[in-house]
Amino acid sequence: MLGFNVLAPLPWYVSGPLLGLFVPALLLVGNKMFGISSNLRHICAAVLPTRAAYFQYNWRASGAWNLSFSAGIFIGGTIATWLLRDASAIAITPAARASLEALGVRDFQGLIPIELFSWSMLTTVRGVIMIIGGGLLIGFGTAYAGGCTSGHAISGLADLQLPSLVAVLGFFAGGLVGTWVVLPWLLGV
Amino acid sequence: MSRLADDTLNTLRLSDTVQASARQARATDAPVHHARDGVRALVLYGLLGTLFGIVLTKAEVVSWFRIQEMFRFQSVHMYGIIATAVLTAALSLQIIKRFGLRAVNGDAIALPAKVMGRGTRYWLGGAIFGLGWALVGACPGPLLALIGGGASVMIVTLLSAVVGTWAYGVLKPLLLH
Repeated sequence: MLGFNVLAPLPWYVSGPLLGLFVPALLLVGNKMFGISSNLRHICAAVLPTRAAYFQYNWRASGAWNLSFSAGIFIGGTIATWLLRDASAIAITPAARASLEALGVRDFQGLIPIELFSWSMLTTVRGVIMIIGGGLLIGFGTAYAGGCTSGHAISGLADLQLPSLVAVLGFFAGGLVGTWVVLPWLLGV
Repeated sequence: MSRLADDTLNTLRLSDTVQASARQARATDAPVHHARDGVRALVLYGLLGTLFGIVLTKAEVVSWFRIQEMFRFQSVHMYGIIATAVLTAALSLQIIKRFGLRAVNGDAIALPAKVMGRGTRYWLGGAIFGLGWALVGACPGPLLALIGGGASVMIVTLLSAVVGTWAYGVLKPLLLH
């Protein structure tokens, strides 16, 4: 009757504009620039012992709002996963499913392949490279590039900043190498 | 001179200092310094983040499967999301600029300009990030949403990302930017 199922995934033409609206929302609420990866730096500045100049700033003043926003993302992930999703298989295209099956992926339930991302995978070389190595690359790369998908691809491109375009092209270059070269090698095909 | 005029002068000087420090922040890549937010403001940012996390998850942007589908050019889903998100944000920024909209606290709204320099940091740092993005299938925001959704092993990925950022901070003086 409603014609709308709260458990179904949001189509891209609804979720994309909604995500874009966080840029003006944060600016209007407090003149904050939308970008998630600064939080990695704030966490280092807050808890890791370091004398590096990069971490010498007042993380509470610069970053408390963003850490709070991030805590919200965690809560939002909890709410959406447990209350607003059903357990049906991910609705990727048949072509994508076939490609991933060719790489040996069998389980398409949920949002991530449980065969690849589980605690027991940490005892395998493949798991260590994906779960720990991938995290290291993300953290190092985003700090080096001065932003991640939110800061460069959304905020930066929307503000027509050329450095952000270069960074986004870099994201895709790295992602294509990861997808077409590193993953097939890792998954042993 | 009256006290009021003195106060005004001080305020002007203060705002000069704030502007100068903002300019310096841009030049040195230091985080933009804000006045400290109160508890009410922090709760509001937390609520905004919650909405963001819900949309990220409902859009399946947090899914390794969706990221693979994107890097394999097998669906419009992720490209549609990125394109419409950028378009919506860009239109909103134009509206903010055209109408000179201000933040709730009265601040003029200005996004800090990124400095290109040699550009090495953008393409090289970007490519390193992209490689990690393809392996993990999630960038920093989605990682948090996944952990919230119960993918507990992603805590290890998030901690690794913190270590990666720390390594950058330590190695920064040695790297080409």
